[in-house]
Amino acid sequence: MTDVQQTATGAGARPVDPIAQAVQPRRRRRPRTRNLWANVVPSVVILAIVIAVWEVLVRSLEVRPQVLPPPSRVLEQGWAQRSTILEHAGATLQVTITGFAVSLVVAWIIAVSIDFSPVLRRGVMPLLVASQTIPIIAIAPLMIIWFGFGLLPKMLVVALVTFFPIVVGLVEGFNKTDREVTNLLRSMGGGRVKEFLFVRLPSALPTFFTALRIAITYAVTGAIFAEYVGAQQGLGIYMSVQKNAFRTDLVLAAVLVTAVLSICLYLLTFAIERLVIPWSFKERKARSAK
Amino acid sequence: MRSDMPNDMLNDMPDDVAAGTPRIRLDHLFREFELGGGERRQVIDDISFSVRPGEFVSVIGPSGCGKSTMFNIIAGLETPTSGDVLIDGAVANGEREHTAYMPQKDLLFPWRTIVQNAALGLEVQGTPRKEARRAAAGLFAQFGLKGFEHSFPFELSGGMRQRAALLRTVVQGREILLLDEPFGALDSLTRIEMQTWLQEVWAEHSWTAVLITHDIREAVYLSDRVIVLSARPASVRLDVEVDLPRPRDLSMTTSPEFVRIEEQLIEVLHEESRKAFEAQKALR
Ligand SMILES: Nc1ncnc2c1ncn2[C@@H]1O[C@H](COP(=O)(O)OP(=O)(O)OP(=O)(O)O)[C@@H](O)[C@H]1O
Ligand SMILES: [Mg+2]
Repeated sequence: MTDVQQTATGAGARPVDPIAQAVQPRRRRRPRTRNLWANVVPSVVILAIVIAVWEVLVRSLEVRPQVLPPPSRVLEQGWAQRSTILEHAGATLQVTITGFAVSLVVAWIIAVSIDFSPVLRRGVMPLLVASQTIPIIAIAPLMIIWFGFGLLPKMLVVALVTFFPIVVGLVEGFNKTDREVTNLLRSMGGGRVKEFLFVRLPSALPTFFTALRIAITYAVTGAIFAEYVGAQQGLGIYMSVQKNAFRTDLVLAAVLVTAVLSICLYLLTFAIERLVIPWSFKERKARSAK
Repeated sequence: MRSDMPNDMLNDMPDDVAAGTPRIRLDHLFREFELGGGERRQVIDDISFSVRPGEFVSVIGPSGCGKSTMFNIIAGLETPTSGDVLIDGAVANGEREHTAYMPQKDLLFPWRTIVQNAALGLEVQGTPRKEARRAAAGLFAQFGLKGFEHSFPFELSGGMRQRAALLRTVVQGREILLLDEPFGALDSLTRIEMQTWLQEVWAEHSWTAVLITHDIREAVYLSDRVIVLSARPASVRLDVEVDLPRPRDLSMTTSPEFVRIEEQLIEVLHEESRKAFEAQKALR
């Protein structure tokens, strides 16, 4: 649209400056919030329907609560146990965050090294792929045997299940840089390090955040799985204990908390992305508005 | 490097001295690419020409003939298979510090605002950020970008993006500009406007420039000389002086002299394009 305005204004006379004044950068505010609601409302409605049907069915068929409690009971019992559940959730959050932090550091180190060394890339990538074929179900109990019931084995499980998507996201992001951009930078006098800092790194960030979102959802489930296998605290071990006591309602309450936790972390990645790469948001928004 | 180089240079010396040392001289440039499987593709076949300081030279040639490859060699991004690039009389193969290069696409970074994009070259060369951006911002009015310093590239029109890319090129303060089809992607009205504008900006600076273009009118309108390259492998097919007074304006494009040069170029270029096309067909 700007093209049209431009050619319409300036074709003839003094082409140096007036073009710029003709087109002012514009700001759009309202569509964003509208979009948010448009995205959220349908899923909330669907969820509400499912819960209502569940409540009605379980009550009318008189299903035993040990098998399937109605949602109202899950909420009620969960609320009654809220301080215990929150305490366990805190432990899980700690495992998730620390494990994820380790994962991030390791993933960045691996991805950047791979980016600088083709030899490493050929050597390391297959190993990374192989590492993903290790069944976590088998490795998690071993971790506990090796490292005990503390924080360390759980952090390792979280790191193990999350670092791969991050590495892949980063490596692919770095490689999005095409030859012409590399040439441009080299013509300006930049070497490989400058190329990385000025181009490869920033252009990889959108892909990185996409990978981060995938990874963070794995992180919470990874943490819970590690705790499930053996822990002193955490939602995983809480679920395990409640299951053995046939407290299905409390297991489900813990599942609910897990879901809320995951969603919060997921949304947090958007907030961070917005802080770190505001340009990406603006660009995407402008493109979708066209 | 070629063994007969010193000899060659001696032979050409008197010429150079007579006309003053050219800013750029291409001396029997050859370039071929390995295609794998032992096959080679010759892209540049003996290109020689000179560009005087402050001269504006356009290069036209059929698509795929090797123009960008030639630019890459002048810019020091690639080395010639044989032959030399001389800058101010000294062999400068593979040296990147002499020229500022504007690639075919604008390649503005979406994560940088326009002023940050414009300052890229200086920042890469180690100028402190603030200083680099101040230097770039100083040129915004002249480039018709005033008020868009803090916009992102996607907020600009095609013509403005090209001006921003050109600003990024010239702000590096290098004396030689290599412009690879800067206006190729623009609609024809915007393009004419940009040519007029470039002509004016040109008059105020002492740049030496080589411009690749597919637009014969543009080549004649902007240049002191136009060089036509042959179909691949590229060699110099024609080298025409454009003896029109400056400053030029659009009315000049219909003058007999302008039209004469234009026709001369069209004829040779079409012949070469046809050859390129035939060669393409033969490949299939
Ligand atoms: N690195 C390379 N390896 C092999 N072939 C190459 C390489 N770079 C360029 N070529 C070939 O050289 C030829 C000329 O390419 P070049 O980009 O220089 O053409 P051009 O004249 O700039 O074309 P256009 O007008 O389309 O921009 C093409 O056939 C291309 O395939
Ligand atoms: Mg080209």
